[in-house]
Amino acid sequence: MTATPAGTAPTGKPGARRWKMPDARHLVLAPLSILMVLPFVYMLGASVMTRAQINRYPPPLYPPGVDLSGYQELLSDSQFPRWFLNSVLVSAAIVLSQVVLCSMAGYAFARLRFSGRKVALVLVIATTLIPFQLTVIPTFLIFHRLHLINTLAALIVPQLASALGVYLMTSFFQNFPRELEEAARIDGCSRFGVFFRVVLPVARPALAALAVITFIYAWNDLFWPLVAISSEDKYTVQAGLATFQGQHRADWPKIMAGTVLTTVPVLAVFIIGQRRFVQALAGAVKG
Amino acid sequence: MSAAVVAKKTERRDPPGRAPRRRGRGGRRGLADQATGWSFAGPSTLLVLGFSLLPMGWALRLSMTDSDLVTEGQGVGLDNYRTLADDPVFWKSIRNTLELTALYIPASLLLGLVVALLLNKPIRGIAFYRACFLVPFVASAAAEGLLMAFVFDKDFGAVNGLITRAGLPAQGFLDDPSQAMFVITGIFVWTQFGFNVVIYLAALQDISPEVLEAAAIDGAGRWRTFRHIIIPSVRPISLFLAVWGLIDCLQFFDLLLTSTKGGPVNSTITIVYYVWQLAFEYFTAGYGAAVAYALFAGSLVAIVIGLLFGRRKGFLL
Repeated sequence: MTATPAGTAPTGKPGARRWKMPDARHLVLAPLSILMVLPFVYMLGASVMTRAQINRYPPPLYPPGVDLSGYQELLSDSQFPRWFLNSVLVSAAIVLSQVVLCSMAGYAFARLRFSGRKVALVLVIATTLIPFQLTVIPTFLIFHRLHLINTLAALIVPQLASALGVYLMTSFFQNFPRELEEAARIDGCSRFGVFFRVVLPVARPALAALAVITFIYAWNDLFWPLVAISSEDKYTVQAGLATFQGQHRADWPKIMAGTVLTTVPVLAVFIIGQRRFVQALAGAVKG
Repeated sequence: MSAAVVAKKTERRDPPGRAPRRRGRGGRRGLADQATGWSFAGPSTLLVLGFSLLPMGWALRLSMTDSDLVTEGQGVGLDNYRTLADDPVFWKSIRNTLELTALYIPASLLLGLVVALLLNKPIRGIAFYRACFLVPFVASAAAEGLLMAFVFDKDFGAVNGLITRAGLPAQGFLDDPSQAMFVITGIFVWTQFGFNVVIYLAALQDISPEVLEAAAIDGAGRWRTFRHIIIPSVRPISLFLAVWGLIDCLQFFDLLLTSTKGGPVNSTITIVYYVWQLAFEYFTAGYGAAVAYALFAGSLVAIVIGLLFGRRKGFLL
């Protein structure tokens, strides 16, 4: 990665004729990648404009200054802080539960012998083909009967485990070295002891990848919170954002402030866990 | 598809002959193994199957009632499915979903492969580039829907701001029924194709350098290498991504809810959006379940045909 032009020249020579001037790729990649993130830059810019600035015609392309009234309006006029807290609570509970339950299941499917194991694993993975819109109405009815509709619990319980998580952890544990656990078993550890004291600490990178992916999915979920929650104070940020659609056409600074604050946590997690996130995605597909 | 792979792998890892011997050693040990295994795998399995198979069966029953979401409703046999055949909004939503799929899959696959090829050989700033392409994939569709509704707003939007500054007439975009679906498809490609880049990159790295070298020695140019080596090598991945893209299109909802809400005049309504409207806005849950089942059956057929056709003809990229 730290190769200097002088360092690349000799080794790159045989291929250099076919891939002339590798740096020409920047001419395509740089504008394209800027185009990818430009809308987010614009979002940030619009969030620090005033109503008057944003409603000018033709619309300004960059903020003339920094004005935080959009953020002030967001925090005072809407229940955004409450939504944010709800999202944090729900996502944290889901991530915690999936890291524990899915890694346990993945370990069992990859390593332990018990009857019905293969059938259970195939069934679990096959459920990814069932679209959510098919199950959403009955799931609503189930939680309605349990009197859990319109509670945060309704948002957490269906996500306590996931087929994707089980699948990721199963393929991870299939390639996990056996020697460690065998040594611990010989020392008289129980299966649970081995798993929690020996296997999990070593499996931390995979757990981190699972946590990152699960967090991104949990934080971004819109459909189910929209269906399961009816009172505004129990909304998640995504469901809250949806209430902004079409309602305040002139309130763009406030709306953009909402999208900025909703996007920051998930981007922060992504940037911190980028490498693991990418590895887990690629690994999942290649099996 | 991947289920079979994992199941096979699990099988291979078992040392042959060990399992029967253990079973023969007596019930107590076997029972303990069963208990341990299921106490590890049970919670996840129960949760995942419980929140998919149970609702799936319930939805089938529901689709044959006139339930209004609050009460059970009366059994109406196949009436909901008959109504569906004459429902213009249902057919409109299918047409829109098919249009979306037909544009989205080729565009996102091609863009994904091209960018992955550009990033395949070491290049300065690869981490930065890769992050940029993934940012729209990671950010929430709800926020992106609002953002793009603003960017493409016909009065206050930045795109019309640029167009009018260039002296061209402002466009309706999401407010124009003839443009809205195309704009939405473009936005959807923007949010998703970074995923394809990452997956293609991983696949490209598996192509052995020897093969590429041999091709180079045989005098294959860049285009012929692409056409005859790279495309066939990544074909299984293309197939996977196409199926994945199909599922994404069939479930397309979040972006719509915070941008067009299916409008104007149903020009961007998709099947999922219609299901949601039917069940949770109009409270015709029974009919909504029937539409969802029709979609499910259709998508299963589409996926199976896609897999068979793609495999046999090598049609996909």
